[in-house]
Amino acid sequence: MNEQAIDSAPGASFGASPRLRQRYRRERRFHAYCIGALGLAVAFLIVFFADMIHIGYSAFVQTEVKVPVDYSEQALQVPPRAVPDDMRPFVSRGFLRQLPRVAKANPELVGTKQEQWVLATADVDQYRKGQKSALEEDVAARADRLQEQGRLRYAFNTWLFTHGDSKIPELAGLKSAIIGSLYVLTITLAFAFPVGVMTAVYLEEFAPDNRFTQAIEININNLAAVPSILFGLLGLAIFINFFGVPRSSAIAGGLTLGLMTLPVIIISTRAALRAVPYAIREGALAMGATRWQTVRDHVLPVSLPGILTGTIIGLAQAMGETAPLLLVGMIAYIPDAPTSFVDAATVLPAQIYTWAGMPERAYVGRTAAAILVLLAILIALNATAVFVRRKFERRW
Amino acid sequence: MAGSAAGPGSPGRSPFVRGRHGAPALKRVSSRVRCGAVGGAPTGRPGDSWGVDSGTTIFLFLAGAAVLGYTAYHSGQRWALAARDGGATLHSRPHQYGWFVACWGMLPATAVGVGAWVIQLSGWLNLVEYAVLIAAFAVGGAGMWLGRHLLRPQLRARNALDRLIRRLLLAAGLVSILTTFGIILSIVFESIRFFHMVSFIDFVTGTTWAPDSAFLEGAGRGAEGASKADFGSVPLFAGTFMITVIAMLVALPVGLLSAIYMAEYASHGVRGMAKPTLEVLAGIPTVVYGFFAALTVAPLVVDLAGLLGLDASYNSALAAGLVMGVMIIPFISSLSDDVINSVPNAMREGSYALGTTKSETIKQVILPAALPGIISAFLLAVSRAMGETMIVVMAAGMRPNLTWNPLEDMTTVTVRIVDALTGDQAFDSAETLSAFALGLVLFVVTLALNLLSVILVRRFRQKYASS
Repeated sequence: MNEQAIDSAPGASFGASPRLRQRYRRERRFHAYCIGALGLAVAFLIVFFADMIHIGYSAFVQTEVKVPVDYSEQALQVPPRAVPDDMRPFVSRGFLRQLPRVAKANPELVGTKQEQWVLATADVDQYRKGQKSALEEDVAARADRLQEQGRLRYAFNTWLFTHGDSKIPELAGLKSAIIGSLYVLTITLAFAFPVGVMTAVYLEEFAPDNRFTQAIEININNLAAVPSILFGLLGLAIFINFFGVPRSSAIAGGLTLGLMTLPVIIISTRAALRAVPYAIREGALAMGATRWQTVRDHVLPVSLPGILTGTIIGLAQAMGETAPLLLVGMIAYIPDAPTSFVDAATVLPAQIYTWAGMPERAYVGRTAAAILVLLAILIALNATAVFVRRKFERRW
Repeated sequence: MAGSAAGPGSPGRSPFVRGRHGAPALKRVSSRVRCGAVGGAPTGRPGDSWGVDSGTTIFLFLAGAAVLGYTAYHSGQRWALAARDGGATLHSRPHQYGWFVACWGMLPATAVGVGAWVIQLSGWLNLVEYAVLIAAFAVGGAGMWLGRHLLRPQLRARNALDRLIRRLLLAAGLVSILTTFGIILSIVFESIRFFHMVSFIDFVTGTTWAPDSAFLEGAGRGAEGASKADFGSVPLFAGTFMITVIAMLVALPVGLLSAIYMAEYASHGVRGMAKPTLEVLAGIPTVVYGFFAALTVAPLVVDLAGLLGLDASYNSALAAGLVMGVMIIPFISSLSDDVINSVPNAMREGSYALGTTKSETIKQVILPAALPGIISAFLLAVSRAMGETMIVVMAAGMRPNLTWNPLEDMTTVTVRIVDALTGDQAFDSAETLSAFALGLVLFVVTLALNLLSVILVRRFRQKYASS
């Protein structure tokens, strides 16, 4: 405090010395640099989030257009005929394509004409949102007229969450990627959690202090720093080419990420085990418990919050990882959600990567929306980790 | 269940692979999934283990093992209870005798199952799945019988179980060692194959990277290629070096000064806010950084360069490097923060006592003392930057370009690895294998940086361990 008082009133009592004044000036400058550096990092974070939200928020709503839909038999034969010619450029192909299925499910519709809100094309959507759009001029003018007539509206983009990837921008959704991520993370967790915890228990509770143990330790620290893409090379060469795991399946991706997450889980589990006071172990051993009984019944239960925190953080890291998954083939175009661990799957970050590379402008908004979804999931995971730590962790 | 999968039985062509071929190519990376050897993982392998029956087999095996284990456990426990009722003094608790017998039953059965699986994978023999199951359970049953007959009241079942568990834990510990060996083996073997095709000297000293004609050779049309494929990796390393340097120019000052601020100046409350905020930067997925770099930062760089009358590429090394630098900030700041905090307080107080200002103490006492730790953080950050993939794949160029100008597009080692392995090539083509050679170099360099960093930080800790 005292120093700060001097800092904040430089030269108050020593003002006479120019050299001292210079030193205080230097002090203030350095302090400002430090604040500036931190401010720069924080400013970047703010700009980054603002930018993502700015690009992405509009993709959460989607333009719908009110058109008369003709459910007559002839129209159902050739779905584009179901809407009037002048409205056709506004109506998404996705809606027209599923018309026959809708008619089959609701036979009472057949033969009727309905005024309906239907999904508009991405171009109309982009035009309406004031973004770059490939809409022709006369169509754009007609879109303005429809707007005046109240035949265009925004609706929440549920499609984004209920459908998989598509080559038509307004039909592209995240469902298959989200489910794919779930499958992959399940494998990752099922592999990395037991192996990681077991390794950490061995190193902390059982291992003799010898060369071999040290080798394992150095190796784990080193694995934690190996670039993630090298895990992709491993996954490709060992899992896919040697063990014959199906390419781009959840099991290939999950195991690759599992190996990558392993060091994170091991390191945090060791820290959690180390935090348990030795008296607890000695108490159990004194009662005649074996080493394993001590660990199982006393050490692991009290260190569980720490272990879970580390595991969740490791999973969050795996959830955002892309590079190794590209190498095991998870950038394929996969419109349907996987139904088993050996199905071809894609994950959220890989979907972001694919969409980012799409030439159509409309994918930009979708990509940012997907990023916001991914960030929301990651924030939720990390918040869970913080919650678990705050709520359950015991300090000794 | 497994049958509906990628259908690996059909030689290397799963439905989605075909679907992908019609897709528009990605911005720069041609992202078609290879349909050659890699795509069709188990081409021509007899009785593929991931076939229709594998799911059923695994299920039957697990169910059988569970039944076997349960029976064995109960027979062991029943024996122990009966012996105790008969007046014998047991060394261990009854359930531990149960576990003893269960392990004698399940471990041999598992060993047979896993052994059969490995034999199947390596393709030595084509085993009939039901025969394997029957053999496994026969062996398991025999083991259980044997275990049951080993039971004596004075048998140290508890100690035996403890020894077994210790071995299981050790086996789990070996997984991480195996992972390292897996990485090394997979990279080294494929690299050796690559260096059979391309001379090591050309790879290290060549200044042109033009693998495209390797594609024609791979397709059996080598004569059509105008020139021979070149695998001179210098431009790739130059690109990696350039982007790493730009990233470190951003990350080192910002990260280090932030760390100094948090450790020396900030009040407790500010520190508690600033530290997690910086950690958020480390938690953002790299693919998101890549999107941000390509979509927002790159046009900004082009515009700014235009204002200065310079010509910048939309895939400039600068944009990728800047964003990568931001990504690296938290690595530098949190590691340096730790190091600065562990400089003993006596050194600060001694310096203040001589009448220095805070910044003089920091610059002349704390930073010199913390230098090994800071260098170690720096090295770790460099290795992180060199291995970073997604930012450069999305924001830096694809064109190998040997230049000093950061406004031009450059490519990096990691970009070429991704490009080579997501391209449309047979697995043993020179281009695909080149990815492994590049991976080898990347591995060796990052390993060296990491080890150096560990040594430095250890030396730092030893120096101040007493305080």
